[in-house]
Amino acid sequence: MSNITIRLPSTRRTQNQYETGTSYLVTPGDVITEDTDYMRGHGTYCTGDADDKLYSSVAGVVERINKLICVRALKSRYTGEVGDIVVGRVKEVQQKRWKIETNSRLDSILQLSSVNLPGGELRRRSATDELNMRSYLNEGDLISAEVPQVNVDGILSLHTRSLRYGKLSQGCLVIVSPSLIKRRKNHIHNLSCGASIILANNGYIWIYTTQHSSQTEEGDGGFIISNESIPIEDREIICRLRNCIKCLAKRSVVLYDTSILYAYEASMSYKVKQLLDDEVCDEIVNKTIYLLQQANVGNSEY
Amino acid sequence: MAKVMLGESEKWFIIHGIQDDMRNDGRSCEDYRHIEVETGVVSNTHGSSRLRLGSSELLVGVKVELGSPDPKAPNEGLIHFHVDCSPNADPSFQGRGGEDLSANISCILTRIYCNKSSIDLNTLGIIPHKQCWVVHVDVLILECGGNLLDAVSIAVKAALHNTGVPNIQVTDGDEGTQEISLPDDPNDVKFINTVNAPVLVTISKVGSRHVVDASSEEELCCNASLVMGVTKRGRTTGMRKMGGGSLDPESIPEMIETGKNIGRQLHISLDKLLKTEQGMAEDIEKAGYL
Repeated sequence: MSNITIRLPSTRRTQNQYETGTSYLVTPGDVITEDTDYMRGHGTYCTGDADDKLYSSVAGVVERINKLICVRALKSRYTGEVGDIVVGRVKEVQQKRWKIETNSRLDSILQLSSVNLPGGELRRRSATDELNMRSYLNEGDLISAEVPQVNVDGILSLHTRSLRYGKLSQGCLVIVSPSLIKRRKNHIHNLSCGASIILANNGYIWIYTTQHSSQTEEGDGGFIISNESIPIEDREIICRLRNCIKCLAKRSVVLYDTSILYAYEASMSYKVKQLLDDEVCDEIVNKTIYLLQQANVGNSEY
Repeated sequence: MAKVMLGESEKWFIIHGIQDDMRNDGRSCEDYRHIEVETGVVSNTHGSSRLRLGSSELLVGVKVELGSPDPKAPNEGLIHFHVDCSPNADPSFQGRGGEDLSANISCILTRIYCNKSSIDLNTLGIIPHKQCWVVHVDVLILECGGNLLDAVSIAVKAALHNTGVPNIQVTDGDEGTQEISLPDDPNDVKFINTVNAPVLVTISKVGSRHVVDASSEEELCCNASLVMGVTKRGRTTGMRKMGGGSLDPESIPEMIETGKNIGRQLHISLDKLLKTEQGMAEDIEKAGYL
């Protein structure tokens, strides 16, 4: 028989207990300074009226470098860079291109010419290909892709012209803040615990079962989509990873393969659903941070 | 709520997971997410509560005022429900966008509350045919994260439990008329009896199994669901089928049984919490919003 937990918010520990040091927080419209000597940086504005006050345009922390005042936003959308790996959802099928939602300010674009067609043939895209676009990627489908180019207006162009990228099959999507993803050489990992993970730069994390059939490092490009049921053991690993990532993200721990694996190991003494508990979450995160510090000390000795 | 979109294979992943009794967040089919409830959060209401279930967030305020009773039930008071969907929860609620959803929720709440076994409306009557208490329950949806109906009903019960109706004095005036006088002390109140107040339990059919407390992703995979009002003793005060799909007649009794069980557990947990909160010292600070 299951039990339902209802509790008071005041018993929950607040974020303040984790914070160290003091910071100056502002909300949009707050006056940062009335002094005219300062230069205005990102996240600030002046009204241009007689008063020379400096206002904040975002909610965040005030940072001052000599005479320059900036406000660093607490939460922001993803700003793409060339070479990033992103996971996105198809929002719209248009003429010769797909609109992809990637948590950036504007929707990204995937051209028909920048995908690998099924069968892997490289040729000019014909009118028939254009008509069959929906049979390859439909609204709601998830894809992984690379950013080859950022347009002047900030729209990202994507490409999936490698078998590593393409349509994603069965798995679980976790959305975290893009700033939590550590930039590394490799963002697609086959974790030793038995699942694979795409830590996309835009904060979309895709967890899926490791494909044993493909011998090469490369994937299948998303052409093989199976709707077969996933064995319960594999599913448990995926669910555990999902909850571990959620725990780490809740406490703002930087996400990369090592931190996720440490959290996974720390969580092994609990059942998957116990990880939804705040206390258990705290314990796992503290353990992970401790393990990461240990590893750092070990590395620096060499 | 068009915010969530799911691809075909993601849906299959969720459906197979429910079949294996291992949902995406590790819960089994009959597990509820953690709930956070706090009462007495808005000072200018007679009763209020704030609730968080997963990522659904609600604020409920109750205001009582004097009004005239329904001629069909002259001795009874009235309860009105009003649901407001904040555009903060979903941009599609802007303007009149959330109207359908709010009408739907308030209709279900009215259905499960406005009968004799839920709340004794006679206690809200003052002078038959002339005066009664009208209870306005206002629900504000601040964030949608699935299973909205259950969350609303739990928050409403908590807010009603917190509602103090002023102790009114009825005195006989001249020529057979009756006069009422409000107490001077604002703390001179009588709390509404919520022993039999029902909560809603939504049981969603996904594939060939049913789940409780579906997240917004799971709601997309579900073809039909059953919403039922359950009282503390496990009595059903109302039921409704939601969603476009169909239900197998054989599975309905099973779903009702699950709903009753879950409803009873919800009541036990909620009553325990409300009792501890009442027992707590007044000066303990509420968590509130900041």
